[in-house]
Amino acid sequence: MSANQDGANLLEVRGLTKIFGTLTACDHIDLDVAKGEIHALLGENGAGKSTLVKMLFGTLEPNSGEILWNGQAVTITSPGFAKKLGIGMVFQHFSLFEALTAAENIALSLDDGSPISTIAAKARALSYSYGLPLDPQSLVGDLSVGERQRIEIIRCLLQTPQLIILDEPTSVLTPQEADKLFETLERLRSEGKSILYISHRLEEVKRICDRATVLRHGKVVGHCNPREETAASLARMMVGNDVQAVVRAPARGIETAQPLLEIRALSRKPATPFSIPLRNINLTVRAGEVIGIAGVAGNGQGEFFESVSGEVPQQDAASVRIRGKDAGGLGITGRRLMGAAFVPEERLGHGAAPRMKLSENLLLSRHATDGKVFVGAGGMVKSDAIYAASQRIIEAMDVRKSAPDPEAAALSGGNLQKFIVGRELDRRPDVMVVNQPTWGVDAGAAAHIRQTLIGLARSGSAVLVISQDLDELFEISDAIAVMHNGVLSKPLPIAEATFEKVGLLMGGAEPGHVEHVLETS
Amino acid sequence: MDITVNILLTIATAATPLLIAAIGELVVERSGVLNLGVEGMMIMGAVGGFGAGYLTGSPWIGLLAAIALGAVFSLLFAVMTLSLATNQVATGLSLTLLGLGLSGMMGTSFVGQPGARLPNLDIPGLTAIPVVGRLLFGQDPIFYISIALTAAVMWFLFKTRTGLTLRSIGDSHTSAHALGIHVIRYRYLAVIFGGACAGLAGGHLSLVYTPQWVENMTAGRGWIALALVVFASWRPWRVLAGAYIFGAVWIGQLHAQAFGIPVPSQLLSSLPYLATIVVLVLISRNKRLTMMNTPASLGQPFVPDR
Repeated sequence: MSANQDGANLLEVRGLTKIFGTLTACDHIDLDVAKGEIHALLGENGAGKSTLVKMLFGTLEPNSGEILWNGQAVTITSPGFAKKLGIGMVFQHFSLFEALTAAENIALSLDDGSPISTIAAKARALSYSYGLPLDPQSLVGDLSVGERQRIEIIRCLLQTPQLIILDEPTSVLTPQEADKLFETLERLRSEGKSILYISHRLEEVKRICDRATVLRHGKVVGHCNPREETAASLARMMVGNDVQAVVRAPARGIETAQPLLEIRALSRKPATPFSIPLRNINLTVRAGEVIGIAGVAGNGQGEFFESVSGEVPQQDAASVRIRGKDAGGLGITGRRLMGAAFVPEERLGHGAAPRMKLSENLLLSRHATDGKVFVGAGGMVKSDAIYAASQRIIEAMDVRKSAPDPEAAALSGGNLQKFIVGRELDRRPDVMVVNQPTWGVDAGAAAHIRQTLIGLARSGSAVLVISQDLDELFEISDAIAVMHNGVLSKPLPIAEATFEKVGLLMGGAEPGHVEHVLETS
Repeated sequence: MDITVNILLTIATAATPLLIAAIGELVVERSGVLNLGVEGMMIMGAVGGFGAGYLTGSPWIGLLAAIALGAVFSLLFAVMTLSLATNQVATGLSLTLLGLGLSGMMGTSFVGQPGARLPNLDIPGLTAIPVVGRLLFGQDPIFYISIALTAAVMWFLFKTRTGLTLRSIGDSHTSAHALGIHVIRYRYLAVIFGGACAGLAGGHLSLVYTPQWVENMTAGRGWIALALVVFASWRPWRVLAGAYIFGAVWIGQLHAQAFGIPVPSQLLSSLPYLATIVVLVLISRNKRLTMMNTPASLGQPFVPDR
């Protein structure tokens, strides 16, 4: 059950350092992984976790420090060499080929040269023995994110590694899929394999990990036994100070409030062969409430956001109504002019133009809605007014930056996200639609953004939040709807919503069926 | 009957250089590299093939020289785009311009000289069979190479592990790198193979099609080959079909012009392009298949972070 503490260390890392330009991503990292243990690597986004494991897997070269494998100093020069040593990796951003089948994807990482059909048979057998059923002939582009992760895991296991590195494996799974994964990991540990488990989810680390190493700003700030810690004490180690809890005042009189955003029988054909069609989506967001949309990535949330924001206008003008008026035929600027605001998922290249200054990015999104303030006679841009407005947003959202008006790409992900959310909030929009508001944002900034969204709703706006982070949705939403395979469930009022219910809906169970399962179990 | 056979033979001769250049480029693009220098590599093959054949008197040496020159010329592109990560479009275009200029300079003394011609196949007994004899056993050697090459590339890409690896690099070079595949090494080999094919296609022009050296004698065939690869959605047999449709309509419109059909000659000359595009677009209607065969990382420079 617990780690084999007296056994020799499989992996020892001593003083590993990686410097990118002026940033020290990893600063003299020490880490031991014993045989047969699940070792957690904890840290916020940008703490250096991914950089560290990339060095362990040979895709990055350390500037200094050494790696010992079974007590022997090794220089891991390539992923191929790491695999030969016995290190397997399950990536956070999958390293799969969409246009190839599952079996072909697996074959590519094996060097034994056996025919694809043999590999497919092996993969199928292994996947069933671990309870991760997989059809080797299916095309990766057609698979859900959870199924793709199975391919990554099976591919890793087929190489019979001694150490398996998993990078944020549950961020794309439903709670039930995550449970399945934990069973698999516990079985692997009982078979004597070591696992390096990277996460910022404290509950799951407490649940399955034997030891933890905590990173902050590229440095090791502590080793601990997560079972003896509380979630709060782990969070304090990770963040460095206490994180303010988000407060959600109860919403009152929502049932009678004015519907500000209405979606009526919204359908959309798949844009590309690998994308999801939207099927008859109905949703009402009223003044004063926050509605959350949960779902595993790739179930149509992106397509839904594009349709609601007007990046892709609809045929049926009545399918999206803003403040009681049809908006389905309008583009994004038309919908903004009706009082709506949108924050897309991707910050760089979608939410902001990376090589343009923050003030220029402000003008880009608000040139129409704030035309009188920002643009003068003859279409001349009023730089002073824009600069002043951007500084106001920076102050309101506590955006940390190195120059008065830096390029968007120069900001860290969390700070840029604060600016992009603040840019829309500054307009006091009646309708706010946000896709993944705090993805990759550190805990402090995330709490700030969530609190601001609740505040906006309570001041009389309708807020719609699409997120993969269930904790976040439970924290801020008044009701949660689940998107699965392009279909949106009825919103569950937060008082009735549980992780279990939402998780079943995320996995594709029918709403009626969920009630049934929960009653009989 | 003889006229039909002659027309079919000229169609094959017109299609062969397109097919070879396009099959080479198909392999390059399947690895995720867009080499717009096909025209330049082809003309280098043409001048090299003619020169070596003319100077040694042996068309076979000319053929080898054409292949070698195309490959060496593509190596220039490979070093620039793969090792130095320059923009592939700009580098490819300049390769074409450089090839056209350089070949003109190299070929000044060859203009108007009679060249060596590769002999047609002649198998006693078989070639003499009426109709099919000349079509199957009486064509130039490069024709047979082009057909064998298409079959070999098809087999390589879809039946071998190395071919699978090459396609995976074209789909996502970052994923391939993460698996420990040598992205740059594969791409070098693919680009050089494409160069050798383009050189061979150029050699066909100056050693078979019109055994002489004329400046700019490729006359845009490299560009047609490039277009064929895209319109054939990166599938070898469709490239073959496209090359032969183009060749057939090309020869057809030449005959139509000779007959004096009252249609503006400019319109007739544009027919092969139009017909090829229409046919290939029609057979590529299946969006899903097209997506599966499109190399997603095409044209993106790959720089592994270190």
